[in-house]
Amino acid sequence: MKDTEIAVIGGGPAGLMAALAAAEMGARVTIIDRNSRLGGQLVKQTHKFFGSEKEYASVRGIDIGRLLSDEVLKNPRIETMLDSTVIGYYPDDGVLGVEFEGKTFVKIKPKKVVVATGASEKFLPFENNDLPGIYGAGAVQTLMNEHGVVPGENVLMVGAGNIGLIVSYQLMQAKVNVKAIIDAAPCIGGYWVHASKVARLGVPIMTSYTIKAAYPNEATGTLERAVIWQLDDRWQPIPGTEKVLKVDVICISVGLSPLTEILWQAGCEMKYVPQLGGHVAVRNENMETTVPGIYVAGDVAGVEEASSAMIEGRLAGLNAAKSLGYDDGTYSEKRLEAIKRLQNLRSGPVGEKIRQGLAQLVSSGGDYNA
Amino acid sequence: MLKTCGIPTEEELASRIPPKDRRKKGPVVMIECFQKIPCNPCFTACKRGAIQKFEDINDLPSIDFDKCNGCGLCISKCPGLAIFVIDETYSEDEATVSLPFEFLPLPREGEEVDLLDRSGKKVGRGRVLKVRNGKYEDRTPVITVTVPKGLSMVVRNIRVGGDLR
Ligand SMILES: Cc1cc2nc3c(=O)[nH]c(=O)nc-3n(C[C@H](O)[C@H](O)[C@H](O)COP(=O)(O)OP(=O)(O)OC[C@H]3O[C@@H](n4cnc5c(N)ncnc54)[C@H](O)[C@@H]3O)c2cc1C
Ligand code: SF4
Ligand code: SF4
Repeated sequence: MKDTEIAVIGGGPAGLMAALAAAEMGARVTIIDRNSRLGGQLVKQTHKFFGSEKEYASVRGIDIGRLLSDEVLKNPRIETMLDSTVIGYYPDDGVLGVEFEGKTFVKIKPKKVVVATGASEKFLPFENNDLPGIYGAGAVQTLMNEHGVVPGENVLMVGAGNIGLIVSYQLMQAKVNVKAIIDAAPCIGGYWVHASKVARLGVPIMTSYTIKAAYPNEATGTLERAVIWQLDDRWQPIPGTEKVLKVDVICISVGLSPLTEILWQAGCEMKYVPQLGGHVAVRNENMETTVPGIYVAGDVAGVEEASSAMIEGRLAGLNAAKSLGYDDGTYSEKRLEAIKRLQNLRSGPVGEKIRQGLAQLVSSGGDYNA
Repeated sequence: MLKTCGIPTEEELASRIPPKDRRKKGPVVMIECFQKIPCNPCFTACKRGAIQKFEDINDLPSIDFDKCNGCGLCISKCPGLAIFVIDETYSEDEATVSLPFEFLPLPREGEEVDLLDRSGKKVGRGRVLKVRNGKYEDRTPVITVTVPKGLSMVVRNIRVGGDLR
């Protein structure tokens, strides 16, 4: 059995910031991540990020990941366990079960836990959606930006949220032709600047369109054609509007849902909040769930952005450390500053969905009031 | 329309076009940022105070065109790649457009390239005058290209070499 003061599960932007904040207050931290390097989603983000200077605006995601990982790796209070998957939490004795490199099983007994596991991609039901050549957007990004492998030649992107738009842009940068980006909604969900960026490359964005079916090449069995069709204002497909696209890749980017298994196991009160991507833990404004000592941060607490994930991580880390008695006198000030920055980020029209979602966590017993 | 296809209409663009008088005086910024998103590096990048301070990080950039000298230092800092510098005083029949371009191969200075509009459609040919690709640009090269005078508000992308599509 291994001891640590704070276990941070997940080394994405939220987990890295949580670890740094807790260590800054004086706590000893162990970060556990199933990947072989730190950074989470940031490792794949080759584009420059939004936000303000404090959230590393106009720095590329991959460079933000590097900056944070470097700081974590040189911090003597933080220990890092890579290639390590947390596969269970035993609430009775507060023990985490960790599988190391798929071989050894390690038990860790932390005093506090920050869950920063991120989110997983949603999929879409349609005819033949299991053909070779049909990917999630995240998988395409991993292939291209981590392994330098292009997924094919001609792509249909399904979903015009930020991820669909950005991955389309990155495909075009890699000389892969994006034939169209379609979205069932009548409006583009992602930022308009991202949409303009791909439109300028000649990629058509077609709203009120969805995918009907995919068809294989007879000989190879791999994807050869996609059929899309238009939706009316009640989101019903309009027969006769079908269009056939010759593509060898369909990339699905229809949203993310929080990776919450550990929170369920721990007995945290969970609530279904569609605006936050699915089931999320009820929590207070210190990021503490209804199980004392278990904190959440980042996409697992509600699918949002790296900028907000970093600040939530910082809040969770500060509070976990404080609850262990670590406070060099700066806690209150730092906590308030973080809460304020979160409010600022979420205060505009694009933050409305998140604000609505967070408001619902209050009604089921949390005292979230930021 | 921006919200359905990512391409602004003339009406949407109207409020972003620098005043005619200012355009007659030399290079000037045009910021095609239309949606309130939590983002402000354009403000931080401009050392001349031409982009006014954001009261709220979700504000749209608001520009004092008389303070802008068209230096273009804001172009590569905008994560939305939404900033352009237009010079309608370049020559009798040509203007220049400076734009962000994150594609390989990069054009060489002096090379002729295709000029594309906001939908990626070819609208003419132009000559690359300058490629800025230093540490400051951080892998968002800024290309200055000549365009026929009437196209200064139309050209927003270039294509180097052959047509990919
Ligand atoms: C294409 C794309 C573009 C984006 N662009 C932007 C942008 O421009 N600006 C912006 O602010 N945000 C952007 N985002 C969003 C941003 O990347 C995410 O919101 C952010 O990464 C969430 O951080 P996180 O730390 O919560 O989760 P993640 O980054 O997903 O990290 C979670 C980590 O937890 C690990 N993990 C999960 N389960 C376990 C387990 N059981 N045991 C051990 N480890 C585990 C995972 O391996 C992963 O490393 C983008 C996302 C995508 C996909
Ligand atoms: S072009 Fe130069 S002066 Fe004009 S807004 Fe941009 S940074 Fe400021
Ligand atoms: S940096 Fe670009 S996207 Fe961000 S507010 Fe300024 S113009 Fe808009």
